[in-house]
Amino acid sequence: MASVTINGKNLEVPDGTNLVRAAEMAGEEIPHYCYHPGLSVAGNCRMCLVDIVAMSAKQPSPMPKLQIGCNTIVQDGMVIESNNPRVVEARQGVLEFLLINHPIDCPICDQAGECKLQEYYMDYGRYQSRFALDEKTDKGKAIPIGPDIMLDQERCILCTRCVRFLEEVTETNELGIKERGDHSEITLADGRQVDNPYATNIVDICPVGALTSREFRFRARVWYLDNSSSVCTGCSTGCNVDVDSREGQIFRLKPRANAEVNGYWMCDEGRRTWHRNHGDHRLAGSYLRSGEEFSETPAEEVVHGAATVLQSGKRAAVIASASASMEEAFLARSIAQRLGDGPCLLVSPATSDIADDGKLISTDRYPNRAGLLALGYREQLEPPANVDAVVLLRADVVADSESMWGSFLEGVRETLVVGDCVGKSMAYADHVLGVASHFEADGTFVNRDGRLQIFRAAIAPPDQTVAGWQGLAGLLAALGGPSYDSAEEVFSAMCLAIGLGAGRSHESVGATGTPLERWRSAGSSAASPITATVQAPL
Amino acid sequence: MSQHVLLRYRDVSADLKSIDNYIADGGYKTARRVVTEMKPEQVLETVKESNLRGRGGAGFPTGLKWSFLAKGTGKPVYLLCNADESEPGTFKDRDIIDNDPHQLLEGMIISAWAIHCIDAYIYIRGEFNYGVAVLEKAIAEAKAKGFLGKNVFGTDRELNIHVHRGAGAYICGEETGLIESLEGKRAHPRIKPPFPAVYGVFGCPTIVNNVETLACVRHILERGAAWFKGIGPESGPGPKLYCVSGHVNRPGTYELPMGTPLKELIFEHCGGMLPGRKLKAVIPGGSSVPILRADECDIAMDFDSVAKAGSMLGSAGIIVMDDSTDMVSALRRIAHFYHHESCGQCTPCREGTGWLETLLIRFDEGKATEGDIATLDNVAKGMMGTTICVLSDAAAMPVRSFLAKFPEEFLAATERATAAA
Repeated sequence: MASVTINGKNLEVPDGTNLVRAAEMAGEEIPHYCYHPGLSVAGNCRMCLVDIVAMSAKQPSPMPKLQIGCNTIVQDGMVIESNNPRVVEARQGVLEFLLINHPIDCPICDQAGECKLQEYYMDYGRYQSRFALDEKTDKGKAIPIGPDIMLDQERCILCTRCVRFLEEVTETNELGIKERGDHSEITLADGRQVDNPYATNIVDICPVGALTSREFRFRARVWYLDNSSSVCTGCSTGCNVDVDSREGQIFRLKPRANAEVNGYWMCDEGRRTWHRNHGDHRLAGSYLRSGEEFSETPAEEVVHGAATVLQSGKRAAVIASASASMEEAFLARSIAQRLGDGPCLLVSPATSDIADDGKLISTDRYPNRAGLLALGYREQLEPPANVDAVVLLRADVVADSESMWGSFLEGVRETLVVGDCVGKSMAYADHVLGVASHFEADGTFVNRDGRLQIFRAAIAPPDQTVAGWQGLAGLLAALGGPSYDSAEEVFSAMCLAIGLGAGRSHESVGATGTPLERWRSAGSSAASPITATVQAPL
Repeated sequence: MSQHVLLRYRDVSADLKSIDNYIADGGYKTARRVVTEMKPEQVLETVKESNLRGRGGAGFPTGLKWSFLAKGTGKPVYLLCNADESEPGTFKDRDIIDNDPHQLLEGMIISAWAIHCIDAYIYIRGEFNYGVAVLEKAIAEAKAKGFLGKNVFGTDRELNIHVHRGAGAYICGEETGLIESLEGKRAHPRIKPPFPAVYGVFGCPTIVNNVETLACVRHILERGAAWFKGIGPESGPGPKLYCVSGHVNRPGTYELPMGTPLKELIFEHCGGMLPGRKLKAVIPGGSSVPILRADECDIAMDFDSVAKAGSMLGSAGIIVMDDSTDMVSALRRIAHFYHHESCGQCTPCREGTGWLETLLIRFDEGKATEGDIATLDNVAKGMMGTTICVLSDAAAMPVRSFLAKFPEEFLAATERATAAA
């Protein structure tokens, strides 16, 4: 550890920390563009210049020139001023330099509202332009450089975050710089497109409006968007995401930093998982079969109807996909236990056509396999024997194999489908309970590394549906089981039931999750520490 | 100096490009003695003791630079000869390369011995076609004689010297830009630390020295540190190549003792100003250093004296301007150069060099306002000390000094604009 003083605040920071991070720890912001904690240090934007008043305890002399915070590592006894008049003057100068050739087209720029040029201009702007409009350099605008990426070379501040990402993280090198000086431009390598599986991350890390998402651009002003934290359901990696939405519509997913899972990144496939949430394929309500027809029925009635018929049977199986949350799977397990102690099967295949890429993409295309296994679910791709009722939990088994599952479902007395999408298995259902997607309810998943992670509702579910935990909790209560009033109560009971400790709340999972093992081995009250620093795992 | 050391070729009739002539003139004797008889540390000590300061522009003590090399890394050490001579007004290194290449190779053999280097590179400016051919021939000759290659002077010591051509960018003369370029990348100077002595070319400890510096090393080892220190001021001594260009009767490269008075250079060696002209100003160390007015030219041309006068010896590219010079136009031309050559990596330089030229075009074309004078100075100020390398400072220093030394000409330019309006 090194003891440093930043703007008069003294604190201890780990050795090897740079000044930008150290200042963050002190609650001080050192403005920066090119520095990104998940990439190498480029030191080119010059925005993070700071005044080093004392180099170290051993060498308490000041540095004659201002130094860049991103490439300066703390030393014990270092004293830094990041806001004195000398620094502010330099910073104002750098910002002015950045803006003289910038088109200042904020009114039609999609980055407006989340643009670091705008943000820092509020603090360090000169407000009086000294540069003539007709003297600005002209560069390319709205250049498509990949399926999802649009480049505006005039807005670009040449921080090279995108170049470094493609060089260091994906190692695909699609972008580079051509020309020199103020004619420098980010440009595609000959014959290339930025179409790698992680391409859109460069849109996220672009601090200005130079790189925008072709899908997202012009669809929403960012200041109208609500933001909630969630977990990607695209595969078993469980990348942490932020969900941006407005009035019940999701607009985009962005990676949320988590050192233990995804660093600062996510794949483009995962980024598009929200598409599934909207459209005609969503189950907008709950249904009861009468003959060949389904009639839309309030969820509570479906639950009670299902409870009545299930209770009269002997043995019910839960057949779940690894898309079910911990809460849902736990409740379904409790239901099976009450219905002849029926089997709990996990029918999602563990592998797929998509190979593990050694980074964030997993061959297992489901978010909660490890969770269901922890709950005692048995992986089995074939139908169970000796059951006379079935709860299909987010598992459209008929879509996987009609020949195998269709005849099985025909042979059981009752089938309750619980899901958020219309599926082929509904043809064999007696009761259909339409439930919220994971974007519409709170819950938890366990990723491939055994890390318990929480997702929060971003938007409301369709009017005629209920949260999955809510429907299943209603069924469990109707079957004479305990009753739960929130996902969190279910979670707490689940933790207790499988040896993860007592008194667990959703909040105790922490923003970046908790390894199941830690809770299994710890006492019941251990809280999950919130990770302060994030480093890329890639 | 009646007897040349670095420009020895001027004193002998034989063509020193030929290795046999060079040997007959006493060449390679020193390198042989160093490699077969001296320890690397002794060479380092001698160079340190000589107070040799780098001739590329910064004037950093050469021995001290060598002593910063990371030790015990298990990695090879590289010696890079910076022959990218690109600073406007500078044309001394090519004189050595074109006429006496073995002198440079001998200096490199000795220096490589001192720093345990097996592979050395001469990074040469791409335009120096002739110099490249001369060097390649010289290296082949030295190799054939056994002075380079597997067994240098019959020892078990290996040294290979490679010639690498640049492709026309000024920034490749900045030592870390040069390193990047040598690695096959854009010549974007690196952020320091780490310095090349720790993390240089191919990630290995590296020394980058100028052509003239390495040539000096040969003579220091031949004649001793005391001899070297006896020439000019002790703090930065030695024979020095001065490149004089501009409005003098005999422009050219002159080898004179360090500390030769500037006026002596201009009025004796260069034959004075062009007929009927008066000295107006001098840029003493290449186009990037602050300009001196005629009344500030009574100075000795060595590192410390020029610094004391508020400028820099730099590369000793002395640009002499007479009373016919329009300082606004001259500065515009300089600003154009740095605008053209900024690598574009750091914000203040990328944007500032263009802005300076834009403003100076306004002045030159009679469209500037009085407020533009303050803007010009302020833009230049914001470019100083705020970037990875000193190209930004190199672009800003002439602007600030021209404005400070010749304010009346810039003011007159704005008055022309007012009158025109």
